[in-house]
Amino acid sequence: MGISLAFYWVPDAPIEGFRQRIFYIHVPIALTAYACFFWAAWKALRLLWTRDERYDLESYTAVHMGVIFGILTLVTGSIWARTSWGVWWTWSERQLVLFLVLFLFYSAYFMLRFSVEPGPRRARMSAVYALFGVVLIPVSFLAIRLAEGLIHPVVFDRDVGENLAGSQLLTFVICLAGTLALAGSLYLNELTGKRLDARLAELREALS
Amino acid sequence: MRYLADVGTLAAKDLRLELRSRDTVPAMLLFVVATLVVFNFALPAGASAEAAYGLLWAALVFTAILGLTRAFAAEREQRVLEGLVLAPSDRSAIWLGKAIAVVAFLALAEVVALPAFALFFEPVSWELVAAVALATIGFAAVGTLLAAMAAASRARELLLPLLFLPLVIPIVVGGVGASIADDPGRYLGFLALYDLIFAILSWASFEYVVTE
Repeated sequence: MGISLAFYWVPDAPIEGFRQRIFYIHVPIALTAYACFFWAAWKALRLLWTRDERYDLESYTAVHMGVIFGILTLVTGSIWARTSWGVWWTWSERQLVLFLVLFLFYSAYFMLRFSVEPGPRRARMSAVYALFGVVLIPVSFLAIRLAEGLIHPVVFDRDVGENLAGSQLLTFVICLAGTLALAGSLYLNELTGKRLDARLAELREALS
Repeated sequence: MRYLADVGTLAAKDLRLELRSRDTVPAMLLFVVATLVVFNFALPAGASAEAAYGLLWAALVFTAILGLTRAFAAEREQRVLEGLVLAPSDRSAIWLGKAIAVVAFLALAEVVALPAFALFFEPVSWELVAAVALATIGFAAVGTLLAAMAAASRARELLLPLLFLPLVIPIVVGGVGASIADDPGRYLGFLALYDLIFAILSWASFEYVVTE
C-alpha cells in the first residue's frame, strides 16, 4: 500500500500549470469508483447465480469502497472546478452530476441494507440493488447528456486537452494504477475485517 | 398462457380492492392537484413556461411515490405476500400484475393532473402526454420492485423515496425534455429505452427480492 502511495505522489512533477495536476488525482479516483461499483455488481451477480453467501460481503464492501471514492471524486472535482472556473459546483460538468446521482443511489444502498434484517433476503435485495446501480450508470450518463441541452448552457469549456502527451500519459497511468491498488488494498483490508467480525459473531453464538 | 392468466388475476385483484376501498387513488388525485396549487405559489412571478413543466414532473414523481408507498401495503398487512410467493406460479407474475395495477392508478391520477396543469399553467401537447405515458410505465416498473424491497424493511415509507428518486432521475430528464425541447422525439426515445431496460431488469430480478 505504501508503494502505491509513493507512486501516487512521485509523478506530480509539474508539466503544465499547477492546477491541472489535480486531473491526475481526480480522474483515477473517479475511474476507481466506477471500477468498485462494477466489481460490486459482478459479485452481486455471482451471489444471485450461486446463492453463495460470501459474495454478499464482497459486494457490500465493494459498494462501500465505491461510495468512499465517489465522495473523493466529488470533493476533488469541486476543488478542480473551483480552481479552474471559480465555482464549487456546476451542473454543466457531466462527471460531477453523474457522480452525484450515483452517490445518492449508493447511499440509499446503505439505507436499504441497514433497515432489513440480516439474512439471505437482505443479501439478495442488496445484490439486486447493486445490479440496478451499474445499469443506472450508462442510463444516467445518457440522461445527463440529454439534459445538458435543457438546463444550463455549457458556459465553461474544459481547459484540459483531450490528447495526453507521452509523459502525461505515463503519469496518468501510474496514478491510475496507484489508485486502483489503493482501492484494492482497502477493499481486502475491509473485507478481512468484516469476515473476522462475522466469524467472531458465529463463534459467540455457538458458545452461548 | 398460465402466466398471463396469473398476471391478469393479480392485477384484477388489486384493481378490485382499490375499487372497493378507494383509499389510494383519491389520495393521489387530491395530492397531485394540491401540489400543482402549491407550485403556483412556489413559482415566482414571470417564471418561464419551462419552469412550470419542470414542476409538473416533480409533482408526478411525488404522486408516484405516494401511490407506490401503498402498493404493497395490503399484502404486508395481511401477510399475503408469503402466500403469493408460495403459489405455484412464476414470482415475476406478481411484479407484472402489481405493476399493471400501479400503471392504472397513476394513469387515473394523470388524467386529472394533466387537465389541471393545462388549466393552471401551460398547454399540454401530445408529446407531453406520450412522455407521461412512457414515464408512468417506468415509474411502475422500477417502483414496484423497490416497493417490494421497502415492504420487507423496517423503514418502509422512509426507504421507498430514497431508493426511488435516484433511479427515476433519467425519467424526469426524459419527461422534461419531451415537454420543452425542440425535438421531443429524442427524449421520448430515451424514455422508451429506459422503460425497456428497467422493465426487463425488474421483471427478472423480482423473484430474488421477494423470496426468503
